[in-house]
Amino acid sequence: MSVITDQQPQDPPPGLRSRTRRRVADPAFRWFVTLTGTSVFIILAAMVVRTTTEAWPIFQHQGFFGFLTGDRWVSGGSRSDDPADFTGVYGAWPFIYGTMVTALIAIVLALPLALCIAFYINQLAPRRLRKPLSYTVEMLAAVPSIVFGMWGLFWLVPNVLRPFFTWLESWAGGFFLFEGPVFGPGYLAAGIVLAIMILPIITAIVREVIAVNPLDQQNAAYALGATRFEVMRKVILPSSFSGIVGASMLGLGRAVGETIAVMMLIGSTKSWDSSLLQRGDSMAALIASLFKEATPEGVRGLMAIGVALFLFTMVINVAARLLVWRIGRVAGDAAV
Amino acid sequence: MTASSTQTAERPAPPTGPGAGGTTDDPAAAAGTPPEEHTATQSAEEQEPVQDAVFDLRDVSVRYGSFVAVGDITMKVPRHQVTAFIGPSGCGKSTLLRCLNRMNDLVPGASVSGELIYNGENVHAADVDPAEVRRRIGMVFQKPNPFPKSIYDNVAFGPRLNGFSGDLDSLVQQSLEQVGLWSEVKDKLKESGHALSGGQQQRLCIARAIAVEPDVLLMDEPCSALDPIATLKIEDLIHQLKSTYSIVIVTHNMQQAARVSDRTAFFSVNIDDHQGMRTGRLVEYDRTTKIFNNPAQQRTEDYVTGRFG
Repeated sequence: MSVITDQQPQDPPPGLRSRTRRRVADPAFRWFVTLTGTSVFIILAAMVVRTTTEAWPIFQHQGFFGFLTGDRWVSGGSRSDDPADFTGVYGAWPFIYGTMVTALIAIVLALPLALCIAFYINQLAPRRLRKPLSYTVEMLAAVPSIVFGMWGLFWLVPNVLRPFFTWLESWAGGFFLFEGPVFGPGYLAAGIVLAIMILPIITAIVREVIAVNPLDQQNAAYALGATRFEVMRKVILPSSFSGIVGASMLGLGRAVGETIAVMMLIGSTKSWDSSLLQRGDSMAALIASLFKEATPEGVRGLMAIGVALFLFTMVINVAARLLVWRIGRVAGDAAV
Repeated sequence: MTASSTQTAERPAPPTGPGAGGTTDDPAAAAGTPPEEHTATQSAEEQEPVQDAVFDLRDVSVRYGSFVAVGDITMKVPRHQVTAFIGPSGCGKSTLLRCLNRMNDLVPGASVSGELIYNGENVHAADVDPAEVRRRIGMVFQKPNPFPKSIYDNVAFGPRLNGFSGDLDSLVQQSLEQVGLWSEVKDKLKESGHALSGGQQQRLCIARAIAVEPDVLLMDEPCSALDPIATLKIEDLIHQLKSTYSIVIVTHNMQQAARVSDRTAFFSVNIDDHQGMRTGRLVEYDRTTKIFNNPAQQRTEDYVTGRFG
């Protein structure tokens, strides 16, 4: 009370005109925020335009589809910008294939596991264990990929994967996916380590998505005689579908873009093979391993790979959105 | 609480004996218990014995950790009648209801002691499958909770779950007809259950519950989220359903208990002064007409006349 009576005489109530602070600071703030918001577009555009112009002569040299489907990669030594002078051959298919295969292995292995872990943490784990478990999962997500790569190359491959691959080859070697010889590093080794790497991020998101699943719908299913598994499969999973797709896409994005661990584990050959036990290379790993010694023409080739990688992730993203939209419509989900 | 008192006075005197809201169509209720009044000094459980009990509770207590939510409940719930649980908030009536079909298992830390006999079997025995219990003893919740699926799929959910291998279409139609929803939704079975009004949603939930052909229906304040007209429809429905199912309903609305139930159990809270523990107790359990017109216990009378709440 006393404060108000003290203030009143010195400080007459202001009119409807705003004070300086509002007149200047608020519009400034708005401009600043608008600028940062639009900068996203600027950064994206700058990147896309720059890499695409750098890579353009390569596309002219090989033809765009020739570049995507060609399976030979030989860096040329020319210093010219003119595609006519290029001496190399640039076919990105082995690397697109390598990226696709390793990411696919990773997501196929990681997603079901992540669902189970998330479900365990949320529904079955003793209350005391839930927090520590989810913290551990999140900590795993923060482990740098080089650590995964080293661990994979020096421990997992010789001790676990190579014996496993040998057994796999002896048992199913006739099948085109598991033809020998066994090296150790290869598509499958890279894919398995990638799966371990993307498992925590998928688990963390899926866990949050199913944590917000309405309890009363779960109760409704339980009251109809559903078991825990049935509640998960028929109530929680369908209504968490879009969140799960989102989590998978994040994991897939990480698997597609992962560079160093894949580089260490995929075997780095410029060829491709249908057998998962063979060595190959991925787009990101190829760029990382070649850019240091690349000729000016070779840099253009790597830029073209970069463009392809960008397009690749874009296609995945659009496909994911379509999937969510399509399933959402089929489910007739009026609540969302 | 004067409003409640007036209501009690104005209440169209739930008729003693048969005739109370459709009791007549139940021979067990009409024939089994003579309408004579017992002396008001007897203990709550023994006043008018239930002849044909679907549930027989003996010293049932429910704990959350070490906290006793409801203690020492002994009562028999009659078959093919409506039994209402009334009482102030926190008296454990919903907790007890959820024990009847083991929905309480899903609450971490909950445990049940005593014997809860359903058709001769202890529901809480170690080798009993809770999913099977819940299939026999269906439940309708406070808030309508249809799945975000089509109306058809909502009703078909339970039968599909339990491996129903008959004519699903006609089962869905039958279930919806039983709750009086068929004529309202027969042209939009493929539309989402969430597109219906609150009252329709609740009837859809009842249809969903009866589609698995349970034996008992538990209703946990089924009308508390509904408007008066929707409430009336649900109450009418309860009257129809009790020829087929035994119904236990928890309600905060005393007129509703008076209108729909044959028997009423009044619960209250006992506060332990030493530990400050609040434990729900069964104060009185009798025919609804008796509870509302001539209760044996002072606490019951205070509650139903609105002097205590």
